[in-house]
Amino acid sequence: MSAEKPKAVKPAATAAPANPQMGEHAKPSLATRLAGGGFGLSLGALIAALFLGGLLIAATDPATQKAAGYFFARPTDTLSAAWKAAAGAYKAMFEGAIFNPKGKTFADQIRPLTETLTVATPLILAGLAVALPFRAGLFNIGAQGQIILGALVSGYVGFAYNLPLALHLVLVIIGGIIGGAIWGGLVGLLKAKTGAHEVILSIMLNYIAANLILLLLKTPTFQREGSSNPISPILPDSALLPRIFPGSDLNFRLHWGFVLAIIAVIFASWLIERSTIGFRLRAVGANPNAARTAGINVANGYIIVMAIAGALAGLAGVAQVAGTEKTLTTGIAASFGFDAITVALLGRAKPWGTFFAALLYGAFRAGGVMMQATTGTNIDIVAVVQALIVLFIAAPPLVRTIFRLPDPANPRKKKASKNNSLQGAQ
Amino acid sequence: MKLELREVTKRFGDFTANDSIDLVVRPGTVHCLLGENGAGKSTLMNVIYGLYQPTEGQIFVDDQPVKFNGPSDAMAAGIGMVHQHFMLVPVFTVAENIALGSEKTSGGVLNLEETRVKIREISDRYGFHVDPDAVVEDLPVGVQQRVEIIKALVRDAEVLILDEPTAVLTPAETDQLLGIMDQLRKDGKSLLFISHKLREVRQISDDITVIRRGRVVGSADPSASTNELASLMVGKAVQLTVDKDEPRLNSNAFEVENLSLVASNGVHLLKNVSFTVNGGEILAVAGVQGNGQTELAESIIGLHPKATGSMRLNGEELLGRSTKQVLHSGVGFVPEDRSKDGLVGSFSIAENLILDLFDTKSFASGGSLKRAAISANADRAGSEFDIRMGSQEDAASTLSGGNQQKIVVARELSRDLKLFVASQPTRGVDVGSIEFIHKRIVAERDKGVPVLIVSTELDEIYALADRIAVFFHGELMGIASKDTPRSVLGQMMAGASYEEAVANQHEDPEVLLAKQDAAEGVVSEQHAQSIIESSSAQTATDQASTSYRGSVAAAQDLPWADNTDASKGEKA
Repeated sequence: MSAEKPKAVKPAATAAPANPQMGEHAKPSLATRLAGGGFGLSLGALIAALFLGGLLIAATDPATQKAAGYFFARPTDTLSAAWKAAAGAYKAMFEGAIFNPKGKTFADQIRPLTETLTVATPLILAGLAVALPFRAGLFNIGAQGQIILGALVSGYVGFAYNLPLALHLVLVIIGGIIGGAIWGGLVGLLKAKTGAHEVILSIMLNYIAANLILLLLKTPTFQREGSSNPISPILPDSALLPRIFPGSDLNFRLHWGFVLAIIAVIFASWLIERSTIGFRLRAVGANPNAARTAGINVANGYIIVMAIAGALAGLAGVAQVAGTEKTLTTGIAASFGFDAITVALLGRAKPWGTFFAALLYGAFRAGGVMMQATTGTNIDIVAVVQALIVLFIAAPPLVRTIFRLPDPANPRKKKASKNNSLQGAQ
Repeated sequence: MKLELREVTKRFGDFTANDSIDLVVRPGTVHCLLGENGAGKSTLMNVIYGLYQPTEGQIFVDDQPVKFNGPSDAMAAGIGMVHQHFMLVPVFTVAENIALGSEKTSGGVLNLEETRVKIREISDRYGFHVDPDAVVEDLPVGVQQRVEIIKALVRDAEVLILDEPTAVLTPAETDQLLGIMDQLRKDGKSLLFISHKLREVRQISDDITVIRRGRVVGSADPSASTNELASLMVGKAVQLTVDKDEPRLNSNAFEVENLSLVASNGVHLLKNVSFTVNGGEILAVAGVQGNGQTELAESIIGLHPKATGSMRLNGEELLGRSTKQVLHSGVGFVPEDRSKDGLVGSFSIAENLILDLFDTKSFASGGSLKRAAISANADRAGSEFDIRMGSQEDAASTLSGGNQQKIVVARELSRDLKLFVASQPTRGVDVGSIEFIHKRIVAERDKGVPVLIVSTELDEIYALADRIAVFFHGELMGIASKDTPRSVLGQMMAGASYEEAVANQHEDPEVLLAKQDAAEGVVSEQHAQSIIESSSAQTATDQASTSYRGSVAAAQDLPWADNTDASKGEKA
């Protein structure tokens, strides 16, 4: 008789059908909640972060500091200097990221945009690798390791074999997908079979991947002949993703990996919103109990979503090794796997949201270089702004208060006139 | 301290959880609130404890109107609550747990000495035998509960609310708790005791208030018979009637044989359960919640892979199949807790209507969902089942309980079934929806499908059943016909076999209780015998208290036994 009545302090479960968000339905996991904010929340977080970033730029600007010395005598000096510093820095960032009016030719003028897209390519793919598991209620912190594994396999297929033109590239891509999928799927498998937490698993697998690439690049199989550095041979042309604008005078780095990324976004969008697999994954993420009762195999769901995520991150590795870098280095994944988490959060775990968030982050990175070069503002400001965005996204009530956004989880104000009895439950 | 509720009403949207409840807890008494799950007991307790605000009505403490904005207000007014699930930090000691929230510090360092002294004082006074320095997670459940009681007493609670305190206790621990409650009562405390276990209620209560579907349906004297209480609790107030013809049985059958399920702690959740449901009939499973009915339904659907025995649907073995395979072999299933197991709250209504059908040919092709078909299905189900919704794209969680339940029922009845299993099909559902859902269930029966209904509401059982199976402690006590009197069902729900229940129908309920005690091992066989013998000589009114004191005296090794003996003189 021990299982007599499993919910005494939760009367809402039986008695509060009209008040369902509080208590009646199982609270969604942290992952689902973090990723579930509205578009307004993302925009608000971005604006707030840019504003604070601007304050920081102004505060570190020598001219502003000097003017602040006589702030009480002429406060306008300080404010105008601050405005000049922040606006100048953001303008430089824009010119470095989108369009540079100072360019001599049109190609020079839009070169920053192609740079942004190049940087955004691995971020889009890795961002999807974080966004999809979010929808199934999982935190994939392991995109970094999955990128590395993807890059390792595709890089090896690239430089170790000599194959006909089209076939070689296809195998390089497939190799990357498989490498990443194994690394991601391993997390899902261990979680499904042992109940271990995916965050711990994926973080640990990141370490293993980071050290694995260090190790391998010092073995004769991977290391470039005659080099003492941990770097692989350059991939032959047959294994490379071709450039989108191949003119030698243009010298744009943008490669077909970007198109691959767009295809991946379309695929992910179909997968999560329109496919039966996506339905299953979303059900597992939103209410595993109901999913189980409806005959959905929850454990399999974890394995599937993590393998797909790993495959997408592996593609990011392909874009790096066969597109941008053309060789395998220990820094091949840079910090894309971690930035991907913030990208997915900013994109609200939706494929197209992730796409645009990745473009924004690509622009930050590309523009940050120009900003440092022309205005002397430290490029680390970019990292601060990125971090602030995540901070704001993780604290929805703060952003909602600043921008007076309605709370989607608590429609109390909106419904108050229709329904005056919502004051129960907390 | 006297606690009084006057016309307290609590509504959630259009659902009334408590309807104009009047209740008085007199000082120095135990007032029992009796009612089935979902009757609104816990909501009422949370209103008293300040977790909810009453929609209407007033709470009075010692005739002064009070308003609690939170548990801290209630505590300050001298109301303490012992939750069914303990609010203790497992890795803290007893003293740390009790100090938590009102810690005394000296020079920034936690000072527990005062708390320890208080704990010893209370522990000695009531014979709690609680060591202030024991770590809570090492203590047995019964002792943990005493820690909760001490926690309330340390904060000078004069009114104690005990929310289903015996649900987690063994029979021996239960008797200890009842002893403690008796002492607290003698000490002048007012106790509000919530339970649906009739035996305990009759043993300890001074007043009994029965609530059902959110209303007070009556009050009873502790001397009232088990049958009277049971019929009050499961109710006669609302007669649910469903027009149905005699069942036309067919050769389809769902046969369960020796179904057993053992929990990881060794407890038999189901024990050798065997029955058959024929095509075209409704077998309704009755029993007090927690007697294995939930596990029975979940085992059928394949949620308990460890279940043993056999379940054959038209000769096909279901046991050992995955949930998906069971569903696809034509079993429709309505889980008892729709919000936990039946729906994905954040999914749209349309998506919830295909939750277990999303990968069938009707709704998917080549791995893609057919959006048009899903939408058409939602339109059809919406009008056929009268689901009141704004748009089929709205999240299911925005609907009322009745409409949510209709989604689940609509989904499960929307395909050709070979077996229909529904647990608590109308729990927390408004009366209009109940009637509708009942009609649909009967319609499914008339299609020739074997139907298994699990319900704790006897009204529902009578409204739907062609035959009634009664569960007790994971065992099938017997299968009764649909016109079996409530008193017989009530006795079977308390552990009597059908034959015993029929034989005992006019026998003294006290005797039955004693027999039951003996069977449960609460008191010794001889002692039970003595009650049975003495009962014939005494009036029913006396028996209630005699039986309690008797069973207390029988357990001489219990710490509070002496006190009780002493008090016997007082009362007399």
